[in-house]
Amino acid sequence: MPSFINPEKCDGCKAQDKTACQYVCPNDLMVLDKATNKAYNQEPDLCWECYSCVKICPTQAIDVRGYADFVPLGGSVTPLRGTDSIMWTVQFRNGKIKRFKFPTRTKPEGAIQPFADMPEPTPEGLKAQELAGEPKWLMIEKMARLEDKG
Amino acid sequence: MEPTVEVVKSDVLVVGGGMAGCGAAYEAKYWGKNLRVVLVEKAATERSGAVAQGLSAINTYLGQRWGEKTPEDFVRYVRTDLMGIVREDLVYDVARHVDSSVHLFEEWGLPIWKTDEGKYVREGPWQIMINGESYKPIVAEAAKTAIGAENLYERVIVTHLLNDPNDPGRVAGAVGFSVRENKFYVFQAKSVIVTCGGATLLFRPRSVGEGLGRTWYAIFDTGSTFAMMAQVGAEMTQMENRFIPSRFKDGYGPVGAWFLLLKSTATNAYGENYMVTQADELKKYEPYGSAKPTPTPLRNHLMLTDILAGKGPIYMRTDEALARLSGGDKKKLRSLESEAWEDFLDMTISQAGLWAAQNIAPEEQPSEITLAEPYIMGSHSGCAGMWVSGPEDIAPPEYFWGYNRMTTVKGLFTAGDGVGAAPHKFSSGSFTEGRLAAKAAVQYCADHPGEIAVDQDKVNALQAEIFKPFETFEKNQGASTTPEINPKYLLPKAGLTRLQKIMDDYAAGSGTWYRTNEPMLTRGLELLGALKEDLNNAMAARNLHELLRCWELVHRTWTAESHVRHMLHRKETRWPGYYYRTDFPDVDDANWRKFVNSKFDPATGAWEMGTKPYLQLVP
Ligand SMILES: Cc1cc2nc3c(=O)[nH]c(=O)nc-3n(C[C@H](O)[C@H](O)[C@H](O)COP(=O)(O)OP(=O)(O)OC[C@H]3O[C@@H](n4cnc5c(N)ncnc54)[C@H](O)[C@@H]3O)c2cc1C
Repeated sequence: MPSFINPEKCDGCKAQDKTACQYVCPNDLMVLDKATNKAYNQEPDLCWECYSCVKICPTQAIDVRGYADFVPLGGSVTPLRGTDSIMWTVQFRNGKIKRFKFPTRTKPEGAIQPFADMPEPTPEGLKAQELAGEPKWLMIEKMARLEDKG
Repeated sequence: MEPTVEVVKSDVLVVGGGMAGCGAAYEAKYWGKNLRVVLVEKAATERSGAVAQGLSAINTYLGQRWGEKTPEDFVRYVRTDLMGIVREDLVYDVARHVDSSVHLFEEWGLPIWKTDEGKYVREGPWQIMINGESYKPIVAEAAKTAIGAENLYERVIVTHLLNDPNDPGRVAGAVGFSVRENKFYVFQAKSVIVTCGGATLLFRPRSVGEGLGRTWYAIFDTGSTFAMMAQVGAEMTQMENRFIPSRFKDGYGPVGAWFLLLKSTATNAYGENYMVTQADELKKYEPYGSAKPTPTPLRNHLMLTDILAGKGPIYMRTDEALARLSGGDKKKLRSLESEAWEDFLDMTISQAGLWAAQNIAPEEQPSEITLAEPYIMGSHSGCAGMWVSGPEDIAPPEYFWGYNRMTTVKGLFTAGDGVGAAPHKFSSGSFTEGRLAAKAAVQYCADHPGEIAVDQDKVNALQAEIFKPFETFEKNQGASTTPEINPKYLLPKAGLTRLQKIMDDYAAGSGTWYRTNEPMLTRGLELLGALKEDLNNAMAARNLHELLRCWELVHRTWTAESHVRHMLHRKETRWPGYYYRTDFPDVDDANWRKFVNSKFDPATGAWEMGTKPYLQLVP
């Protein structure tokens, strides 16, 4: 289902320093039309429907319409992504609605300390097989070794 | 207008910020505290690559801390699943380290399902369940924080690698361009780790029109990994292999949770379970046929046997599975149903949309599954990729040349989808393999402290070549009033459809139900040759976005060519259900239980084909 933009809701991200959908699209599909100040999907048949643009849009202007070649009209899937969970509304063609809420992260964004509590790397460590923080992060005493070299 | 040029110097250059690239950037910075580690990504790292929409499971976790599985168990499983030929040193190496990566993911904030005793909930013997919508943003944050924002180059596509002019067998960096501004990048680097994922859209897909975009594997993975490394002479292995996913029809929603967690079965339209009724087919492919679990290609083969017997559609019996597991308990049913929907919503949202649009309630009716078009990559249930050195303490001399995960080009490393003969890494194993490659790259930098040279003439020539499609368009646009149809040039979309048709018609695409033979492959290769010429001479672009598509197409075409050359060389049917050589229909262990390898010679333009021995390391 290629993503599309509702012109009434899209404000071209004028309050931000960059257009959110254009920033995030993994396939470089979203562009801002400078004349209308609205975003659009420039290549809908190469849209993976990953919903990254839908999730990030600050005005919820982006939706998805099922790939015309195999998806009947009338269904929709709408995410609302918060800081630690995501809510999904799935609407069926026959009008039935299902709602789901799933956690997304246990720690706030920006809190990661990549090498916290890891020992200083040493030249001997660099030559050994253990990766950063191993064996501690393996949570076993010793990294496994293949005894028989074959 | 001439693009501006930026030269970026680094010690470790990571190309592609997916799972493997993030693992590489992270680990390189740990060991190479004082080195410059640069990550280049063509999109936004927080939502790039195969994990862009998230995942609902981590498919490789051993649970060594609970004594669940050993690396040896993993090697035996993977070896059997890919019909007897994998690099056991590489597979073992991923297995012994992968748990530490998963524990770090949890530490960084990835929610992992837990049992009452605090263990991870298993989806299957190797898989654990996660709430993985934000898997990629979490992993990307760790990598980006580790290297620092000043070392991250996003929206830059890398198109070519550079050789060292003083030693052509050594890598010296890479070049590429910004897809946002008129800018050419030269990345000079002592070591380069290429982690651009696998290859999609090489074959005409089952869907048409808009459905082109609904590839099963990540559409952003365009074969850059294989093409760029082959072009500088790095040896490849198992490039004849591909993965044919059996997935929910059209939306390509995952089936793992249904088969493993929810214990569903699949049947043909008449209710027969092909795993049982077609079991005799397995006898053709012993000893793999009687292995347990049945290898993925052979499971495909049984489904295909039913499809070709005219017994489709094939159905996942979701209704029966949910009824069985819930045992009539309404509350239980609701929670199982929610788990089933989360599985789609966390990693293949289209499938949820398709069910909604077709009014499919999984608790009420079964749902169609089918076999998709081929995908080429080395991290999932496929094993195409580069021929790399193994780890020093495990790899026998045939598989070891100094640095773990280094290709046959000095200083050039890869991981994840890029490493051949080491499948079943998935997200966690790809990240882990990126870490392994990066640690070795840091060691390589320590052993090679001198400055690296770059051939400026070569760089200038590449710059001209990269931006040539603009010129081609400018020069020839007057020849037609329809920009898409012009006798003097080819836009990338047109080239892509040509590639897909050639591959589907001749190279065992879904259109022939994965069948091919020597004459077909030979003909396919001729037509690919003409396509390559056209791309060389006449590829055109009207803007930076199209220029991006041009180079993705070149990478796809090179990957396709190596795939065909490898299929031609392997004169047997090693993976029935992935593809069939109709002229050599058997699994021929006596002659072909070995790796098919290839090497492109950049000096002469010739491909050299050969084989390398398979060595069993784990009994
Ligand atoms: C639908 C789907 C379901 C999956 N399910 C699971 C699952 O349940 N559990 C599990 O563990 N794994 C799963 N996987 C597998 C897992 O996602 C992959 O194994 C893993 O992401 C591979 O890592 P990688 O780094 O090699 O490739 P990727 O993660 O795809 O990263 C490649 C990166 O390279 C970038 N890139 C590409 N070309 C260039 C270029 N020329 N220049 C610069 N950058 C470039 C891309 O933008 C991308 O960021 C699934 C994958 C898919 C697609």
